[in-house]
Amino acid sequence: MPVEGDDLVPAAHDNATSPVSGHDGGARLASEGSLDGTPSRPDGARAPRLIRVGSGGPVLELVVGGSWVLADGLTDPASVKEALAVGAAAGKIETLAVRSEGLEQADSALMVYLTAVHDLALAAGVRFDMSGLGPAIAALVTLARAVPERTGTGHEGGAVPPVDQVGWKALAVLREADSQIRFFGELCLSFGRLIRGRARFRWRDVLEILEDAGPRSLLIVTVIAGLIGMILAFIGAVQLRRFGAGIYVADLVGLAMTREMAAVMTGIVIAGKTGAAFAARIGTMQAQEEIDALTSLGLSPIDFLVLPRVIGLALMMPLLYLYACGVGLAGGMLIGTTVLDLSPIEYWQQTQLALHPSQFLIGFGKSVVFGALVAIAGCMRGIRCGRSAAAVGEATTSAVVTAILYIIITDAAFAVLLEIYGL
Amino acid sequence: MKPAGESNGQGAEAVSKSAGIAVEHLDMIFGDYVVQRDVNFRVEPGRIFVIMGASGCGKSTLLRHMVGLIPPAGGRVCYDGESYWEASEDRQVALRRRFGILFQGGALWSSMTLAENVGLPLGLYTKLSPREIAELASYKLSLVGLRGFEDYLPAEISGGMRKRAGLARAMALDPAILFFDEPSAGLDPLSSYRLDRLLLELRDSLGTTIVVVTHELASIFAIADDCVFLDAESRTAIAWGPPKQLLTQCKQAQVRAFLSRGSQDAG
Repeated sequence: MPVEGDDLVPAAHDNATSPVSGHDGGARLASEGSLDGTPSRPDGARAPRLIRVGSGGPVLELVVGGSWVLADGLTDPASVKEALAVGAAAGKIETLAVRSEGLEQADSALMVYLTAVHDLALAAGVRFDMSGLGPAIAALVTLARAVPERTGTGHEGGAVPPVDQVGWKALAVLREADSQIRFFGELCLSFGRLIRGRARFRWRDVLEILEDAGPRSLLIVTVIAGLIGMILAFIGAVQLRRFGAGIYVADLVGLAMTREMAAVMTGIVIAGKTGAAFAARIGTMQAQEEIDALTSLGLSPIDFLVLPRVIGLALMMPLLYLYACGVGLAGGMLIGTTVLDLSPIEYWQQTQLALHPSQFLIGFGKSVVFGALVAIAGCMRGIRCGRSAAAVGEATTSAVVTAILYIIITDAAFAVLLEIYGL
Repeated sequence: MKPAGESNGQGAEAVSKSAGIAVEHLDMIFGDYVVQRDVNFRVEPGRIFVIMGASGCGKSTLLRHMVGLIPPAGGRVCYDGESYWEASEDRQVALRRRFGILFQGGALWSSMTLAENVGLPLGLYTKLSPREIAELASYKLSLVGLRGFEDYLPAEISGGMRKRAGLARAMALDPAILFFDEPSAGLDPLSSYRLDRLLLELRDSLGTTIVVVTHELASIFAIADDCVFLDAESRTAIAWGPPKQLLTQCKQAQVRAFLSRGSQDAG
């Protein structure tokens, strides 16, 4: 009994008088053949969906048939809802009886529709009768509603009003600040233990970190510092040549590299390379309960994981800084000698005149601080990481952002302080 | 393995001295979300105690509260009468030193070899020489069938082997209390059976108190002297006793259904 297109009646109040073709014996879902014995269409076209709602006295009858395939989308049970509402107003409906008729194909599309109808019936306080459906379909509906919806999971509540959102965001910022201050506090306590010789960690870890942050970062530091030196020289050359003061390019490059750029740029490179690696490593350890295993052994994760990394980077970063200074000055000299036709000796003497050892000390001191900050940001994001792969990814990104933020803020603070003390 | 600072070297003193645990009115609450409330039970020394319940009912969370990883929202966890969360920090560390914990995935430290993993607790809390530590680590690994894998990294071995290596690490200091979080999850039936035998042996030969979180019925009936059932619906512990007794005599239908795999479903 193939179902024709005009059988699809979306509106309610159609008298349900069509002869009942008997219950479905079929127990297969989404099968190619018909579920109640009707042969499949030879042309492979799907029958349209049949929904007929008819009410007869206290029983509201819903007939479903045709082809219910997910490829055709889902159907909203609006007609049933309407019929229930009308019936409820008249106060006569006691039972919602569903039966199938000429059901050819059915997959989750029908199941979603039926569970929605089931919920509507329940909400309206009407008995839901599925005896007219195939046993397989009825069983699946029963299964889908067997376990009551879990409430109290903390995931309730739909849209949050904008004002609430602002409030929540503000509270989140406060919590974040609190969390960062706490971490710095814990780290200070940990350094206290280190000084008293009570911090437990492996010096071997420090060596590994030195190796990873040092020799393995030389190439990238060379490229970045060299290019920065050249860029500074170019900018200086274009401006200073106009006044015939090309030689002062050496001063510009020398001061900028030693005071600012070498320390800041190595800090940023190491934040992206080593800081991110710290966050990923420690975050993964958090996700795999390795940190719990440390804690339960009586080892402080701050001592065991964070301290060696902070020490390692604070030791290695100044060395990288010195190297970056050298490469940057060389880059500047290259431009100075080629673009400005200065002799290397001239350039070098001018650089020596411009640079006072205190400039190096300033950059050196900054790089120690930056190294520690990069390590702290990476470790903090790792330790505070959640227990999933996504959380590790977030921790890594956030470690780099935090580290760069720390570097820039601290650099600004240095600039103000050095200005005040006239250095 | 050279941790900085001196090691206090008292670990071995606790060897095979079994300890009892009492959980009193324990509340496990995160923000507004109540995991379990008012949980009460006692673990007798030298017995195997199973924490059971449906997935997601808070079994592992209870374990984390017991071993000092999460402070409870209310109530106490006492070891031989001493409340863990009311003790001083030094005392907490001393208490923790008597625990051995096997985490769900083994939780081996991924940057260390298996021998180093097992050796780290020994290096921290004993005065053994590195050679002795290596020897002991090798012995502990052989107990769980991992002889010859001393120099492997955790990433180089299978999940089941990681779990067994985690067990070797948990047993490194011959702890008075062993905690197991889902020990047989991910193990094949034979390994799981061997693990059960190992637990029984530890209890019988060393008198170790063992707390196991699991929902494997076969294991529960094979090893548990006592168990507690955490209910996900009412969010508290609703039954406490030997499993066989609970199966036949428990008043709560869901406990009988759980222990009989639903065949005694009262619904």
